[in-house]
Amino acid sequence: MDVLESRIAEWRAYVGRSRTVTEPDIDELETHLRDQMADLGAGGLTADEAFLVAVKRMGDIDGLSREFALEHSDRLWKQLVLPSKSESERSSNGLVEALLFAVAAAVTIQIALRGDGWSGDPSPWFMRNVSLFVVPFLAWYFAQQRKLPLRQSLLTAAPFVAGALVMNLYPFGPESSTEMLAALHLPVALWFAVGYAYVGGEWRSHERRMDFVRFSGEWFIYYVLIALGGGVLMGLTLAILEPVRAGLGESVIEWVVPSGAAGAVIVAAWLVGAKQSVVENMAPVLTMVFTPLFALMLTGSALTYAVSGLGGEFDREQLAVFDVLLIVVLGLVLYGLSARESTQRAGFMDGVQLVAVAAALVLDMMVLTSMLARIGDLGFTPNRVAALGLNLALLVNLIGAAWLSLRLLTGRATFHRLSRWQTRYLPVFALWAAGVVVVLPPLFAFG
Amino acid sequence: MSSRIHIDKDLVAASATPLVLAILSEGESYGYAILKRVRELSGGELEWTDGMLYPLLHRLHRLGYVTTDWRIPPEGRRRKYYAITEEGRAALAEQKRQWATVTRALNDAWTRFVLVPAPGEV
Repeated sequence: MDVLESRIAEWRAYVGRSRTVTEPDIDELETHLRDQMADLGAGGLTADEAFLVAVKRMGDIDGLSREFALEHSDRLWKQLVLPSKSESERSSNGLVEALLFAVAAAVTIQIALRGDGWSGDPSPWFMRNVSLFVVPFLAWYFAQQRKLPLRQSLLTAAPFVAGALVMNLYPFGPESSTEMLAALHLPVALWFAVGYAYVGGEWRSHERRMDFVRFSGEWFIYYVLIALGGGVLMGLTLAILEPVRAGLGESVIEWVVPSGAAGAVIVAAWLVGAKQSVVENMAPVLTMVFTPLFALMLTGSALTYAVSGLGGEFDREQLAVFDVLLIVVLGLVLYGLSARESTQRAGFMDGVQLVAVAAALVLDMMVLTSMLARIGDLGFTPNRVAALGLNLALLVNLIGAAWLSLRLLTGRATFHRLSRWQTRYLPVFALWAAGVVVVLPPLFAFG
Repeated sequence: MSSRIHIDKDLVAASATPLVLAILSEGESYGYAILKRVRELSGGELEWTDGMLYPLLHRLHRLGYVTTDWRIPPEGRRRKYYAITEEGRAALAEQKRQWATVTRALNDAWTRFVLVPAPGEV
């Protein structure tokens, strides 16, 4: 290789250092560099001089990779987490801080459990407040990490204060179903508050919202992994301690499991940031594997129900199962979107995703019909209202997603439109969850 | 060389999108050629840092204003070609309207400034 070629190779390597500029981008820049050098050479410069001028004209590489990062925020994300090799080696990536918050969450949940009296089953008070013992620490952790200014920190805290007030001042009746619904929807609403801190207050930016969706998916993966590992650990603990004294293993577990579950919320969040490249390699594989499987399963069940005519008469348990299924599908679709390279052409996976969304849409319509029939026969109850609202929110989302996927596949819409639709829609879910917590109980007299 | 006007960075950035779209509306092109065309059109007054063109082109691609295609032309090296789409043309038309309004308003303002001389000048 002559000197010039090796200098160009060096330049390539230098540009490629930033993870926001990918190989094809560098190819494109290199072609530009060579075109420029050819023109300069024709104008009388020597090859060396031409190289220097061309590099200079290309501009400062840090600024350039920053521009690339802003444009490709899916790549920026890698950049943010691991700013550069030397830096990630130097710092511990905030592990100590994350552990402090994790311990705080674990201790809080223990105090709450002791305060609750620990009489076998946790009390309704504990159940409806449980997310308030853990999630605030996650939001606090991100507020700290993002160095949120005071105003934004207060805005982050507001939903938690409001949630605590509602959950403890509302006079829920005994065995109240609005209480149960509020307890189920509160973590969802609070998760969006975490999102506000996560995006550093830039909740209007669709790119940052997508980052948060990506974070949520990866957090979930890490949490499941930790839970699986924890399960094995607990099983072994039981097996080892049981011979020592009967019941010893169980009492250890009663202590460890709640704290572990609470602390893992923070640790998983830290892992998403610090060990980004691990999950990054795994997540696309997981979506590749599960999206087709879910598409197949959804299509199969939609067909079965349509053919066997059971569509009209789901009972309550089935309805709940279908709701969970639809939420999982939506999560999978959202995460698939967030993990996709935005400039990629529409391909096989987009087709699979459309099948999944379309089948989910059919199922959702069946669920809705069945639900409306129940409401027509038996009237409104808190559970039915909550389920109806959730299904309507899902229905509109799925219709939009199916329509835009179809246009994407036929080349009439861009991927950008599809992901915008989803990020625009996120507040609907947040508001619905908050509504179930705040508005629904008074409507049904806290019953 | 001596009388080159320095154009403010924000102004360069703001005019970049319509300029690139306009150049692409003449026919498909690749990065280096687009940049040469910008220099030509502005008589060398509009100075871009070469590299910055690419993030801009990628943004236009993401928004669906251009399509891309890697090709090897008969005589040269492998290049990424950009071609404008219908949406891109619509965006260009919209930009044209906006810029026309701005320049009209500025022109009006300039003519008035000329009519009313500054206090000390009379």
